[in-house]
Amino acid sequence: MMTTGAVDLEKKKKVVFVTVGTTCFDALVKSVDSRHVRNELKKRGYTNLLIQMGRGSYIPRKSTMQSCGEDESLVVDYFTFSPSIADYMRSASLIISHAGSGSIFETLRLRKPLIVVVNEDLMDNHQSELAEELADRKHLFCASPQTLGQTIETMDLDSLLPFQSGDGLPVAKLINKFLGFPAE
Amino acid sequence: MEGFHSQDSVTILIGFVVSIVVIRLAYVLYWSGRPLRTLSQRVSTLIVLGSGGHTAEMLSIVNVLEKDRFVPRFYIAAGTDNMSLQKARVLEESLIQKEEIGNKKDIEKIACFEQIYRSREVGQSYLTSIYTTLVAILHALWLMLKFRPEVIICNGPGTCIPICLVAFIFKVVGIRWSSIFYIESIARVKRLSLSGLLLYKLHLADQFYVQWPQLQRKYQRAHYVGCLM
Repeated sequence: MMTTGAVDLEKKKKVVFVTVGTTCFDALVKSVDSRHVRNELKKRGYTNLLIQMGRGSYIPRKSTMQSCGEDESLVVDYFTFSPSIADYMRSASLIISHAGSGSIFETLRLRKPLIVVVNEDLMDNHQSELAEELADRKHLFCASPQTLGQTIETMDLDSLLPFQSGDGLPVAKLINKFLGFPAE
Repeated sequence: MEGFHSQDSVTILIGFVVSIVVIRLAYVLYWSGRPLRTLSQRVSTLIVLGSGGHTAEMLSIVNVLEKDRFVPRFYIAAGTDNMSLQKARVLEESLIQKEEIGNKKDIEKIACFEQIYRSREVGQSYLTSIYTTLVAILHALWLMLKFRPEVIICNGPGTCIPICLVAFIFKVVGIRWSSIFYIESIARVKRLSLSGLLLYKLHLADQFYVQWPQLQRKYQRAHYVGCLM
């Protein structure tokens, strides 16, 4: 049975969801797990931190409701994979993601605030191009594992612009035109 | 003197064959990328699925193509990719549900799903890659002889290169003229992928599409189509 206090906490729950997809991105998980980043998240009013750590080997420190009673730190939990992280994304107030295009666009479609963290250890890091372009267009924030805390501290969520989804229609039009099919 | 004559005729024969190939090559390169004039009702279509995000982008195109024009549809995915063909099947089955393509028996005549050997896995050594690429090319040859598609739609990664190479050879040799459409990934904003670069520089694709204006400015034969996602 929930006490009144616990019910209030449930209502005011603001979840930060961290995802690395199917990759191994220990640098991000470590950064999110650091005292500095946890503090910054707490200062911005987030209550829960859920980390999807994929193939990573670094294990974050769990922190449950009971253990954070008096000092009021973040509630932290983690898991490796899930068949569909859509539900976790939907119930999150902030998403911190690796720079995979699938994760990025899934988050933008859900209209959630997004911080994309580029994995600098990857060879041929073309992923940063997409993250930087979308950050330039103010659809998300971009950070490195080192600058994540600072980004959380200074980010202005109101400055984010919604992303208009595209579709394959321009491509279909050009293909039809090239093949000599009549236009719709 | 007899030896001299037969040497001579062999040289002439080789010269003749080489000239024909060069002329045919020039013909193919000239006509590649020029809109087709012949009008057909239906075009058989080969769709090359890359992994993950690439598949999502490709299916967003297939979704809006006229289903009774681009038929039959042959889907090809790399052998190590488990999800892509499944997603394509789901799309085709949902078309039956929407009654866009008749009943379940017809699906075999309309859609086909095949796996192809991958030329190179991420991180694979370049030495062994030479062998696996050759295997991939042979497999592509087999599939292309089987399907001989009139249209090929692909978006990288490397899975599409052996297919496009074989398609180009088919054009030169006259087995089948496939119109090749390549769409560079949405993750490529300023630089092309290796597959894209190859297809663009070698003029292997008839039409080359990019999703960001920066790439269109840099590669002027490309068409800007906006974001697919």
